[in-house]
Amino acid sequence: MLAMDYRGPYRVRAVQKSTPDIEHPNDAIIRVTRSCICGSDLHLYHGLVPDTRVGTTFGHEFTGVVEEVGSSVQNLKVGDHVLVPFNISCGSCLYCQNQLYGNCHEVNPGATAVGGIYGYSHTAGGYDGGQAEYVRVPFADVGPYKIPHDLDLDDAVLLTDVFPTGYQAAEMGGVKEGDTVIIFGAGPVGIFAAKSAWLLGASRVIVIDQLDYRLEFVKRFAQCEAYNFREMEDPVVFLKKITDWQGADVCIDAVGAEAAGSAMQRLTGVKLKWQAGSAIAVQWAINSVKKGGVVSIVGVYGPTGNLIPLGNAVNKGITIRMNQASVKRHLPRLIEHIQAGRIKPSEIITHKIPLEEVAEAYHIFSSKLDNCIKTILVPPSEMH
Amino acid sequence: MNHEIRTSEVKGWGADKNPLDRPAYPMWHQPEEGTGAHWIEPEKQEMKFTVLKSIERPAMTSAFGTSVPPSGLSGAIRKFAFKYSESSFGHWIPLLIADRVDMVEGVLDDLKHGHIPNVFKEMGLKSEFKYNRKSAIKKTMVGALMLGAVPLLYTYLRRKHARPIN
Ligand SMILES: NC(=O)c1ccc[n+]([C@@H]2O[C@H](COP(=O)([O-])OP(=O)(O)OC[C@H]3O[C@@H](n4cnc5c(N)ncnc54)[C@H](O)[C@@H]3O)[C@@H](O)[C@H]2O)c1
Ligand SMILES: [Zn+2]
Ligand SMILES: [Zn+2]
Repeated sequence: MLAMDYRGPYRVRAVQKSTPDIEHPNDAIIRVTRSCICGSDLHLYHGLVPDTRVGTTFGHEFTGVVEEVGSSVQNLKVGDHVLVPFNISCGSCLYCQNQLYGNCHEVNPGATAVGGIYGYSHTAGGYDGGQAEYVRVPFADVGPYKIPHDLDLDDAVLLTDVFPTGYQAAEMGGVKEGDTVIIFGAGPVGIFAAKSAWLLGASRVIVIDQLDYRLEFVKRFAQCEAYNFREMEDPVVFLKKITDWQGADVCIDAVGAEAAGSAMQRLTGVKLKWQAGSAIAVQWAINSVKKGGVVSIVGVYGPTGNLIPLGNAVNKGITIRMNQASVKRHLPRLIEHIQAGRIKPSEIITHKIPLEEVAEAYHIFSSKLDNCIKTILVPPSEMH
Repeated sequence: MNHEIRTSEVKGWGADKNPLDRPAYPMWHQPEEGTGAHWIEPEKQEMKFTVLKSIERPAMTSAFGTSVPPSGLSGAIRKFAFKYSESSFGHWIPLLIADRVDMVEGVLDDLKHGHIPNVFKEMGLKSEFKYNRKSAIKKTMVGALMLGAVPLLYTYLRRKHARPIN
């Protein structure tokens, strides 16, 4: 089968690999119909995630058709069209039982802090991902979700990660009616966080990024305010000023470990790797939230440690909440929102690129070329 | 400053105002319909090759990935890293080093199989020329200059070393 193949930082290619086998009685093999490139994949692509082995196939956002099922699979049958949450989850550990599917304890031998994620290095379980024609899906009775007939495939694939993650970011912020919400990052996750803040009843939604084309997009898509931090002398002062000098009720980090905006954070976090990524977005979030407010983090960071203003967080009495999204839990409600016409996730898709051209697809998304927001890789069988 | 977006104009505003309508509220919550699992404890996946396990775990997990087992020098470094817990730099720094070694091993492996990696293609640089021509040309020129500088420097150093010491 054709599959993406990681060769080292900034180098990937499409190659022929053997199709995956059933390895566990509750596995399924899925023929992929759509897969995305995510901001999280960029952390792998840039070589920032420890134990990313050469020869791995990335891809944790995909839809497909069930091709084969293991002996104990009951809830899926061959031919079912499914969307597959990026979290691999056993369904029976303490965390899964309580619907913390992003924190499953039974699927990642290599680390205890992280759950299992498709195509996300051996630090997240060593699974091959969905940027391929076929993919092995463990615990097929738990993760995959049958795609309703009226749901577009392009909307479905965005339900495997970025829409639920953006929603959960707002949800973890505990957004209440009347709240002012600031979102750092106008990538796919930040865009959905902005829209979700409205769904939860915010009265003001502000998005910060450095890319004008993304700010223009989020302004239209999520009907919010959007500002470029490159035009501000000090983003924290700017944000205080536009929020009556108090700050926002909720600040969301939808940027993660490669945040721009501070030469010192970039040097120590991205270039020298003395810390687990640049934490400037978290710093801005802590410093621009109200006293007693909530900072919600969905941006991804490495496992060691980061420079953040803990003292300010303590003195302001803020709450910091964060997690990997628990995708499965959000699906029924988010599908209702799509069906009710409140949101059309696929509007964020700017690029559809054949899987064969995966290297160009990564470069375009990574370098933010051609006004790229979200890229879908299409396998040869789906190119018509 | 446009502070003028009226919530009544926002499609779907407040649809999930009530926390009870929010799918992850409260955070710890066992679903009545179950999770899809029909087992108390999952069956164990068979281990067919070396899988590295965190020392913060007493046993293997029920399922695990089968992508790229550790091999070569990078594999040996990874095995060493797994002597340390996730709380230790002794775990993460060797893993990052192993990743870089793995990259070199990847190139050697390509060459062994008679394949010279097409780095230009693997880096997706065609699109750089298509969408960011100016910067692409600049990068190529800098690259060419640097590549050109190598033989120059080499000749210079050779000459310097060839000079008799007196
Ligand atoms: N927790 C989860 O479950 C989960 C799921 C998906 C993605 N993520 C993470 O969310 C983050 C965003 O993902 P994405 O797909 O939207 O990525 P993306 O790379 O497309 O978007 C990130 C955006 O942040 C902007 N940015 C950079 N520095 C900034 C700063 N200091 N302030 C404000 N904006 C800044 C960039 O210009 C870019 O537009 C990543 O770290 C990703 O790994 C987490
Ligand atoms: Zn993702
Ligand atoms: Zn579990």
